[in-house]
Amino acid sequence: MPTFFERKQIVTPGDLLAEGTYVAGENTYKEENKIYASKLGLVEYQDKKVNVVALRAFYIPRLGDTVIGTIVDVGFNGWTVDINSPYLAILRASDVLGRPFRPQQNDLSEVLDVGDLVIAKIIAYDRAHDPQLTVGEPGLGKITRGQVAKITPTKIPRVIGRKGSMVSMIKEKTGCHIILGNNGVILITGKNVEDEQLAVMAIYKIEAESHTSGLTDRIAQMIEKKMQKEELKNESET
Amino acid sequence: MSQKLEKLIDKKGLRLDGRKPEELRQIKIEVGIILNADCSAYIQQAKNKILAGVYGPRELHPKHLARPDRTVLRCRYHMAPFSVQERKSPAPSRRDIELSKVMREALEPSIFLEYYPRTGIDVFVEVLQADGGTRCASITAASLALADAGIPMRDLVVACAAGKIDNTVVLDLMDTEDKKGSADVPVALMPNFNAITLLQMDGILTHEEFEKAVNLALDGCKRIYVMQKEALKAKYESVKEVEE
Amino acid sequence: MSSVIVRIKQKQIAELIAKEKRVDGRGLSDYREIKVEQGIIERAEGSARVLLGKTEVMAGTKIGIGRPFSDTPDAGVLTVNAEFVPLASPTFEPGPPKENAIELARVVDRGIRESEAIDFKKLCIKPGEKVFVVFVDVYVLNHGGNLIDASALAALAALLNTKMLNYEIEEDEVKIKPGYTPLVVRKHPIAVTIAKINDKLIVDPSLEEEQMMDTRLTMTTDEDGNICAIQKGGSGTFTQKQVLEAAKIAREKAVEIRKKLKW
Repeated sequence: MPTFFERKQIVTPGDLLAEGTYVAGENTYKEENKIYASKLGLVEYQDKKVNVVALRAFYIPRLGDTVIGTIVDVGFNGWTVDINSPYLAILRASDVLGRPFRPQQNDLSEVLDVGDLVIAKIIAYDRAHDPQLTVGEPGLGKITRGQVAKITPTKIPRVIGRKGSMVSMIKEKTGCHIILGNNGVILITGKNVEDEQLAVMAIYKIEAESHTSGLTDRIAQMIEKKMQKEELKNESET
Repeated sequence: MSQKLEKLIDKKGLRLDGRKPEELRQIKIEVGIILNADCSAYIQQAKNKILAGVYGPRELHPKHLARPDRTVLRCRYHMAPFSVQERKSPAPSRRDIELSKVMREALEPSIFLEYYPRTGIDVFVEVLQADGGTRCASITAASLALADAGIPMRDLVVACAAGKIDNTVVLDLMDTEDKKGSADVPVALMPNFNAITLLQMDGILTHEEFEKAVNLALDGCKRIYVMQKEALKAKYESVKEVEE
Repeated sequence: MSSVIVRIKQKQIAELIAKEKRVDGRGLSDYREIKVEQGIIERAEGSARVLLGKTEVMAGTKIGIGRPFSDTPDAGVLTVNAEFVPLASPTFEPGPPKENAIELARVVDRGIRESEAIDFKKLCIKPGEKVFVVFVDVYVLNHGGNLIDASALAALAALLNTKMLNYEIEEDEVKIKPGYTPLVVRKHPIAVTIAKINDKLIVDPSLEEEQMMDTRLTMTTDEDGNICAIQKGGSGTFTQKQVLEAAKIAREKAVEIRKKLKW
C-alpha cells in the first residue's frame, strides 16, 4: 500500500498519490483503490487520509460562514451580493428592514446601493439554490470604513494562524481591527490609513508565502521594520 | 495536400527545420500570464504563440444555458487577424467553430463538471501566431489554465499531432509540413489514464501508417506532459524554495 | 441536441449492449437499413437522398464559377454546407448553422477532399482567377441519429450523379455547349461512425443511442482501405486499442455501404 509523494510536495491533477486502503480527503478522488489529486496543491498524508491543500481555490458557500460581499444589483425585493464565489448571493429586503417589505414605500437603494460592502452570514445554500444571506446579527451589516484585502479563501486559516496567533499578532502590532470573511475577503479598520495599509501588506505576504515555515516571525519582523521606518520619517519631518 | 514537389525530408533524413522525424519542436510553457483572467497559460511551440485564459466557475449568461446538475464548459478558439500570412477576418470562421467544439470535447472528460451545478466555465484561446498544430498547443495550454484556476480535474489534458510527409510518419508537424504533407493526426490524451480525448485526421494513411501515427502522437503527448507539469509547478516553486 | 432520454430506456439500451444486443434487434456492428436514391432533384446538377433507418438526408450539388483560394490558384473549389432543417427535429432551431451542423459539413468535406475523389486541377479555368466551384448542400430532413454517415453518403451519391454542362474555354471565358458530361469522381470515401456506450463499440448509433453515448468516432475510408478523415466527437474518451479496433470496423463496414452506390 504505497504512497507516491513526499509530504508537502507539489502535485498536479491526475497524479497518483496513494494505492490501497487510503481514504480520499480534500481535493483528491478515488478510482479502483487508487487515490489521485484533483487539484494543483501540496499533498498531505494524515494516517490513512490523503489530502491536497489547494494552491488556488474559489469560495464555495457553507452554512454559517461569515462573508464579506459587494452589492452588485438592487432588485425588486432584495439585493444581489457578489461574495467572491461562483454563486451570487441573495440578501432579502425583509432581512435588512426587519419587517415585511412594501414596494410603494421603500426605495431599497437608499438602504444598500450598488458598490456597498456588507458583512453577512450564510443562512441557506444548496446545490439547487443560490446562497442566501442575513445581516440580522450583531457585527453584521453595512461596512462604512476600512480597507479590504482579497486572498484565496483556502489561505484564510493561515492568516488566522495556530490558535489565532497570526491574526492576533497583526492586530496587536498594527492596532487594526480585522474581520476575516470565509470567502477570502478581509476587512481591516485602523486608526489611520497607514496602519491599515501595513496590515494589508502583511496579509498579502502571508498569502504569497503561506507554505513556508517560520512565517509568523517573519511577518512580525516585517511589520516592526516598517513601523520603525515610519517613525523615523515622522521624527525627521517634525 | 496535393503539392508534393518540394522535398520535406532531406537525404540525411532531416526535416525542413532540421528535426529528426520523431522530434518535437522547441516548446516553452508559462502559467499565470494574464492577471485579469482567473488563470492563464501561454505556450510557444516553434512559431506558435498561443494564450489561454479561464474565467469561472461563475454565473452563466445567458441564464437558460445553465444546467441543474453540472457546470457548462464553453471554449472559444480564436485566431488573431495577424496570426497568419494573409490577414484572417476576426469573425469566427467555420474552422474556428469546429475547433472550439473539439477542444471543448477534448477538455470536458478531464473536469469534474458535476461539482458546481448551474455555473459556467469559459476557456478563451487566442492564437497570436500560427505555425501548424495550433489546436493541440491550445488544448495543452487551456488544460494548464484550468488546473491553475483551481478547477477540480481528473487529469491534465495534453495534445500533440503526428502526420505523414514524404512517405514518412513524423511527429509534431509545422505549418509547411501540415500544408504540403499527406496527413495530419492530432491527438489529445489524459496521460495518467491513457484516455484519448481528441482524435482527428485529414489526409491519406494506410492502417499501418495510422497505427504508427497514433503511437507517435501519444508518445509526443507524454513528452509534452512532462513540460506541462513543470510549467505548472514552476509558478509555485519559488514559494517552496523559501522554505528549504 | 440535448433532449432528455428516459433513464429506464438508457438502462435497457446499456444492458442489451452489454449482452452484445441492441434495442432495435441489430448486432453491435450492424447498420440500419440503408436506401440511396440518386437524381431526385432535376434543377440540381446532382442530387441524392439517403435513408438510414429513420434518418433522412438529402444532398444537392451545384456548380458555379468563382475565384480559387490563393494557396491553390490552379485548383477548383469544394464547398460543403449542411442545414439542419428545423422540421427535422424538435431540437433544431432556425438560424445560421450551429456547431453540430458546421462540424458535420466539415467532416463530410474532409472525406471528399482528402480522398482526392475530385480532381480539382481539372476544374481550373484560369489559374489564380477563375475556377469551377462545386457546392454540396446537405439537407437533414429527419434526425434519427448518425447524421454524419448519412450525410457523407448522400453527398457522395449526389456527386456521383452530378453532370456538368459541356463547355469550352475561349480566351479564358467559359462557353456553354450543348449536352452534359458527368463530373469525374475518382474515389468513393465512406464515413463510418462508431459510438462508445459503456465501453462497448457500436456501429451506426440511433438517436436514442446517440443521446446516451459516451463519445463517437467517425472514420472515412476509401476503396483502397486508406483512412482519409477521422473525427472524434462527444466528451468521452477512447483507449488506443479501441481506436485501432474502430479503424478495422470502419474499413469493413465501408465496403458494405459502398455497394449501395451506383456509378
